[in-house]
Amino acid sequence: MAYSDKVIDHYNNPRNIGSFKKEDEDVGTGIVGAPECGDVMKLQIKVEQDTIVDAKFKTFGCGSAIASSSLATEWLKGKTVEEAGEIKNTDIVQELNLPPVKIHCSVLAEDAIKAALNDYKKKADAETRTETTTASAGA
Amino acid sequence: MKLPIYMDNHSTTSCDPRVVDAMLPFFTEKFGNSASRNHSFGWEAEEAVDQARRRIAKLIHADAKEIVFTSGATESDNLALKGVVEMYKEKGDHVITSSTEHRAVIDAAKSLEKKGVRVTYLPVDKTGMINPDDVRAAITDKTILISIMLASNEIGTIHPIQEIGKIAKEKGVLFHCDATQGVGKIPVNASEMGIDLMSFTSHKIYGPKGIGALYVRRKAPRVRLVPMIDGGGHERGMRSGTLPVPLIAGFGKAVELCEQEMPTESVRIQGLRDRLQAGITDALEAVYLNGHPTERLPGNLNLSFAYVEGEALLMGVKEIALSSGSACTSATLEPSYVLRALGVGSDLAHSSIRFGLGRFSTPEEVDYTIDRMIKAVNHLREMSPLYEMAKEGIDLKTVQWAAH
Repeated sequence: MAYSDKVIDHYNNPRNIGSFKKEDEDVGTGIVGAPECGDVMKLQIKVEQDTIVDAKFKTFGCGSAIASSSLATEWLKGKTVEEAGEIKNTDIVQELNLPPVKIHCSVLAEDAIKAALNDYKKKADAETRTETTTASAGA
Repeated sequence: MKLPIYMDNHSTTSCDPRVVDAMLPFFTEKFGNSASRNHSFGWEAEEAVDQARRRIAKLIHADAKEIVFTSGATESDNLALKGVVEMYKEKGDHVITSSTEHRAVIDAAKSLEKKGVRVTYLPVDKTGMINPDDVRAAITDKTILISIMLASNEIGTIHPIQEIGKIAKEKGVLFHCDATQGVGKIPVNASEMGIDLMSFTSHKIYGPKGIGALYVRRKAPRVRLVPMIDGGGHERGMRSGTLPVPLIAGFGKAVELCEQEMPTESVRIQGLRDRLQAGITDALEAVYLNGHPTERLPGNLNLSFAYVEGEALLMGVKEIALSSGSACTSATLEPSYVLRALGVGSDLAHSSIRFGLGRFSTPEEVDYTIDRMIKAVNHLREMSPLYEMAKEGIDLKTVQWAAH
């Protein structure tokens, strides 16, 4: 199969490879896929005042899966948490010219974004609750 | 050294220039139909076909009359399975084969199953080898055919054909062997190995595509087949159709070259293969050999590179022609059924690469491939979450994955 130039570019020069500390409160982590299925994506976001200031990924999968997650990290940076939730797999398909057989790679990237956002929101909500509890206890 | 490098010789091989030379006259000045009995054009075509048939028979220690020309190994496999089952249906309705056969055998068997034939697909051990005792145990009084390949096209494992042949003889069951990957590369003796029918093809041994053969034993026992193609009664009635004389002349020449060069060529190719294997495994951790460590085709190397996906790896070395057992490289999106049959986990099946060395492979190409593979694997491991987890000491098997 011939890959689009954009997929090849992301494969050769993946953007934002790496990891943040999962435990950090300002970090949201999404891990989706399974080794038996041939693809696993780990996507992480770092959030400051509701804005994604940094994003990183690691992917086990084919070139299209790598490119989809690499592209996702590029798109995430600078977006608010709410805006990030609006990224659709079809946008990724269009940007990377993915053939039908590779659409599942883009779906996985969308799932990874959603999982990372959910993880962050869960942490943030827990944080808010703790603060509220502490505040009322102090009163 | 010229790029791209071809290292996919299980898939097909380049025609040897000496083979092309042998074929050329039969396209133009010697274009006759070998079945034309009453003029010199026919005679010289017939002589070329006879000569090729003799050479091919000699390579597998058979009689020239036992060679039936077909379009290739897929047709030979289909003719053997379907032709035998149809001919001997009064005698029984059971066929034994293995789970790691080529699709041409597996799918022919599946097609027979739809017609009510019972098929036993024997398992293989973790090196991909059939246990002859399993063959013996599977035989019933209704078994009419055993079909086991000589060597695997994916992992190169060479099966104990002679032992299986002995069991088949003892039990009076016909034995078909798909020897596509073995003929011309390792010694094959149809009689000694107890083979009754054998498929092989020209394009795997530096001959042209579109021509293959089915060996059909004539004595002890005399094997009979119902043909799949009816017509002028060519090839002793087993395969009608005007013979492609140029292809047959090329096939014959290819076989002659294999016979002459096999003793030195197999040693040279195996040396290159071992150099490739050592070069990669010495430099990289978590690389696993698929197949048998010693009972393996000289040019075959099948490795799984843990934590990286096969198609991504192929993309990283795209100037080298290789093949992968990864789902992403198959039409079905399922990882290699051969590797799965060995008990290789799906994750490692997705990570497998098949290297196929051949007559035209060079040490420079091997060294270049080693270097490129190491770089590509490291590049991909750096971005692999699985590698990161493994480095952190997490056992990947205990992780709850969200399978999709």
